Amino acid sequence: MNTKKVFLGVDVGSVSINVVAIDQENNMLGKIYVRTEGKPIQILKKAMADMASMLPADVEIRGVGTTGSGRELAAVVVGADVVKNEITAHGIAALTFVPDARTILEIGGQDSKIIILRDGVVSDFAMNTVCAAGTGSFLDRQAARLNIPIEKFGELALKSKSPVRIAGRCAVFAESDMIHKQQMGCSCEDIIRGLCEALVRNYLNNVGKGKEILPRVVFQGGVAANVGIRKAFEEALGYEITVPEHYDVMGALGAAILAKDYVSKGYKTKFRGFEEILRKEFTSRSFECNGCTNYCEIVELMAGDSVAARWGGRCGKWSRANQPAEKRSEVV
Amino acid sequence: MKVTFPHMGQVYLAIKGLLDDLGVEVVIPPSITERTLEIGTKLSPEMACLPLKINIGNYIESIEKGADTIIIAGSCGPCRFGYYGVVQKEILKDLGYDVDMIIFDPPDADYRVFIERIRKLAGKNSWVNIAQAFKRASTIVKEADEMLDIALKKRAREVNKGDTDSRLYRFEREVVGKHGSHEILETIRKYKGILSQVEEKPGVSPLKIGLVGEIYTLIEPYVNLNIEKKLGYLGVEVYRSITLHEWVKVHLSLDVKYRMSYKRILKKAAPYLNLCVGGHAWQTIANSIYYSECGLDGIIQIMPFGCMPEIVAESILPRVYQDYGTPIMTLVVDEMTGEAGYFTRLEAFVDLLEQRRRSKADEYKESLLRG
Repeated sequence: MNTKKVFLGVDVGSVSINVVAIDQENNMLGKIYVRTEGKPIQILKKAMADMASMLPADVEIRGVGTTGSGRELAAVVVGADVVKNEITAHGIAALTFVPDARTILEIGGQDSKIIILRDGVVSDFAMNTVCAAGTGSFLDRQAARLNIPIEKFGELALKSKSPVRIAGRCAVFAESDMIHKQQMGCSCEDIIRGLCEALVRNYLNNVGKGKEILPRVVFQGGVAANVGIRKAFEEALGYEITVPEHYDVMGALGAAILAKDYVSKGYKTKFRGFEEILRKEFTSRSFECNGCTNYCEIVELMAGDSVAARWGGRCGKWSRANQPAEKRSEVV
Repeated sequence: MKVTFPHMGQVYLAIKGLLDDLGVEVVIPPSITERTLEIGTKLSPEMACLPLKINIGNYIESIEKGADTIIIAGSCGPCRFGYYGVVQKEILKDLGYDVDMIIFDPPDADYRVFIERIRKLAGKNSWVNIAQAFKRASTIVKEADEMLDIALKKRAREVNKGDTDSRLYRFEREVVGKHGSHEILETIRKYKGILSQVEEKPGVSPLKIGLVGEIYTLIEPYVNLNIEKKLGYLGVEVYRSITLHEWVKVHLSLDVKYRMSYKRILKKAAPYLNLCVGGHAWQTIANSIYYSECGLDGIIQIMPFGCMPEIVAESILPRVYQDYGTPIMTLVVDEMTGEAGYFTRLEAFVDLLEQRRRSKADEYKESLLRG
């Protein structure tokens, strides 16, 4: 039987979990975008179930990559071949779909980053360090407060004729400034447009500080759906902005591509298989190790009855407890 | 008199050896943990830099163990560290702790005061004794740093991940039971041997990253979130620009040859910064240039949040990068630093360096093919 070779990418972020499946030619076979809701393991299992039903029956999963802040956890749950940080994953995905990209602006749910690419490799990057103003969560909150569906947020901004100036340095100040302008009688469109401009200003001054932003500029992450922010970036930078087709799952795509490259070197996948992921009960607990005065916090992840992974601890006693016995003889 | 002191990497080995030899009772502060930081953060001014907060946490935990005298180094440079001793004394006084604080400003500031304070600490010991004890303590510093250097080399090459660190961990547990500089030195030497036996993967050429930045953050692993270990696990060989041994050689010993080579490296910074702006900003710039010239793959600058001298250096480093082409990343740590985000940055930086190395190798191959 001639089965189709498929590669999965899993991006477990703070706000959303994305799962994508691609074929050998990087064609998207299925994508899933769900909210994390603070329960990464359950939601991930659900997303994997949805993915299993979305794929045709005659496919074979040949490789899996995970990324995002929950990448280690996801790697244990699904059985990943490649575990990569978000920056590399986003960079790889952008370079695959927009080969001449030289700058990536990425704004996600809880963080934002800038990645500088030169000659097809990542040459510099930065992540937001000070505040969450301008990330997806904040925009979500403002949309909810103004009772505007988040999908309409950007379009409304484009209708503005004379944007007001909003202080975008900090989420708290931005919100109180928006309310102030609203009570002065400014129109909703003008305020939203002002907010978009403030967030872009904030991004360029914080995350993009000291970075050389050259075209072609790629804008990805969930916030790239917002045409208002996109327009504000174009005005501030003076370049056209490219938003790739799958802008919202670029991290997962990058992970899938990395997994594909990895297994092409002849490795066999560690993927658990959809049935096993769904059947296995994953539970985690944390405890304080009393072995010495460091009192490290240890997190333990159980798959069924057996320990799947342990994290934390300075001496390595716990993180190696899931290795074969002969390798850890020296510590315990 | 029960003497304690703040933690800073391996410094406790030398101070313990010194005070043991002088016959002074010493309380080693418990290793820095979340609790230490919590205590320090609660009792210190919010805007104070991170090292001060951790120092305070160390003091309180030592006082709980019975310490009644604290020794700390001072400084006269334009950096907040110069005020540490004085401010910490006031904080402890306000909290109602009855402890004596002996501040050792560098001897070149005022020899008379320095000598008086040593006398106060050393009690009835003869000056010959004191001098010998200091000499042995500086040997401890030297050998402990050499031991760590072995670990840095081994971690990037070890066959079984974690071998090096489990040996280092055993060292830490063994050395606390030792008394006097002789026993401590013996233990260090023993573990230098044990560490050298870590099995290495043959034929690996690891990425090389140099660490520059603020001295306390560089030396204390709790504060820099074990950066050396993390990079080692990613297969990187780490070079440290500032070590305790280096500090001792520059500030306390009369090693003229070393001082001259130190000055030579400092001079490299002349086109960018040609004077001391406090802390180790000057050294940060100079060492970044030096590392670039040595052909290291990348450089990481670490500093505590709000460290003025290092902020000056940070704003100059992009020009060093432009001129020398070695990637430089800056990491800022404070009590709010999340380990996950920190590790993500390290991993991404290592990926970046790996890609660069590969594309350089490809270019080289192509140029060979072209003739």
